[in-house]
Amino acid sequence: MDTGDTGFIMISTALVFLMTPGLALFYGGMVRKKNVLSTLMHSWIIIGIISLQWILVGYTLAFGPDHNSLIGGLNWLGLNGVGMEPNPNYAATIPAIVFMAFQMMFAVITPALISGSIAERMHFPAFIIFILLWATFVYDPLAHWIWGVGGFLRNLGALDFAGGNVVHISSGYSALMAALVLGKRNGLGKDSMAPHHVPMTVLGAGFLWFGWFGFNAGSALGANGIAGMAFVNTNTSAAAAAIAWVVVERLHRGKPTMLGAASGAVAGLVAITPGAGFVTPLSSIFIGLVGGMVCYLAISVIKAKFGYDDTLDAFGCHGIGGTWGALATGIFATTTINPAGADGLLYGNASLLGIQVMSVGITVVFTVTSTFIILKAISMVVKLRVSEEQESNGLDLSLHGERAYSEFV
Amino acid sequence: MKKIEAIIRPGKLDSVKDALGHQGVNGLTVTQVIGCGKQKGNTQIYRGVEYTVHLITKVKIEIVVMDKYVEEVIQVITKEARTGEIGDGKIFVSAVENAITIRTGATGEQAL
Repeated sequence: MDTGDTGFIMISTALVFLMTPGLALFYGGMVRKKNVLSTLMHSWIIIGIISLQWILVGYTLAFGPDHNSLIGGLNWLGLNGVGMEPNPNYAATIPAIVFMAFQMMFAVITPALISGSIAERMHFPAFIIFILLWATFVYDPLAHWIWGVGGFLRNLGALDFAGGNVVHISSGYSALMAALVLGKRNGLGKDSMAPHHVPMTVLGAGFLWFGWFGFNAGSALGANGIAGMAFVNTNTSAAAAAIAWVVVERLHRGKPTMLGAASGAVAGLVAITPGAGFVTPLSSIFIGLVGGMVCYLAISVIKAKFGYDDTLDAFGCHGIGGTWGALATGIFATTTINPAGADGLLYGNASLLGIQVMSVGITVVFTVTSTFIILKAISMVVKLRVSEEQESNGLDLSLHGERAYSEFV
Repeated sequence: MKKIEAIIRPGKLDSVKDALGHQGVNGLTVTQVIGCGKQKGNTQIYRGVEYTVHLITKVKIEIVVMDKYVEEVIQVITKEARTGEIGDGKIFVSAVENAITIRTGATGEQAL
């Protein structure tokens, strides 16, 4: 046990926690004002639900003793046996309960990311059922495959430092599928869908950036050099991507926007996540620059071309940014930064890139099909979408009986 | 009694209000309004999606005065709110049948 490591991971846990309320603001500012509370509520109710789900079943499914490289056993149901002693399989220098708590915050934010694509139209009961099923049958197994001892993608040698596959690719592609299943918002392309409060979004992006230091540096699971390297790479990529996004949109649409700078930073944070502890700071600049550009193009060009209604670009940011990050890890990873990692294409090892491609492919196919099945199953029991009238009145009033901004007094 | 409604540029509100105050006009109502006229709207861009906003933000000042002050008030507003560019706004004058002070119950010009 190491007190420095333990203290650092507990602080990192709190930092990652803050990302979900931050995400709520990031998303909340981008919807119309009649839907801001329902959008904030998506993230907040997930904090409640998944915090409990993780303690009861999620943690043991993801990190419990392996079964067939596919799923963790139920040995740690209800945190049975997860206590103050370290579990050397995962983190030898911190109490198992602290490792569990750190991982909990990842399990919380991942489904919250999906909520961006279904904002402004999903029915609340269906949303809650979806989140619970998705966490249990998609996130928990996937986390086991990639991070769990014995998980088959981990055995394959796929590198995912802080959750490119588990968090961003899984949520991003699931978000795309959810947006397709739910269909477009009424009035899309006719009515203005402009964000109602960009400063709220910018504040949320600030919380995300801040919390991401815990997300990536904390994933070193110790207060050490790799944590420091991940910390610097995180900031570098976010900075580069914010600049890249703004430059590209200036060239494309003529104006550099604040929403673009905030979105770009988030895209850069997503892109560096899988490689944060494996690449050099100079590689991070490149990862961020490309991350900012491809996410901008995905959101402003490709989305318009295909016409799906990913309300807040959960797919464009996390699916696309996460995919780029996973591939970039296969290119830029170097054992001079992290001897426990591997060398990438740039350092003469092409096979890592192949493994990364395969792990992305498996993650995409698994998450997309299971999201589809879960949503279709739910739709047989409860309706997925609010009625047209509820949608036009706004979800705040029709689903939650409250209003964000009073008209008088 | 006449009601003067002036729709002006939001940035001109303070100088119009101050100038009216110097003229002894101390009762007025201000509302934020949106509308369109000869002035073109603006273009907003969010994540690469352009929205053209035709309804522009303006400020509406409503003043009810005795008939003899109407010309003076119009002159003050015109002088202060004018830039010479399209979008300076409009002034409408209409007759007012009665006015009542809620506290005292005074009516007509006594209520102004």
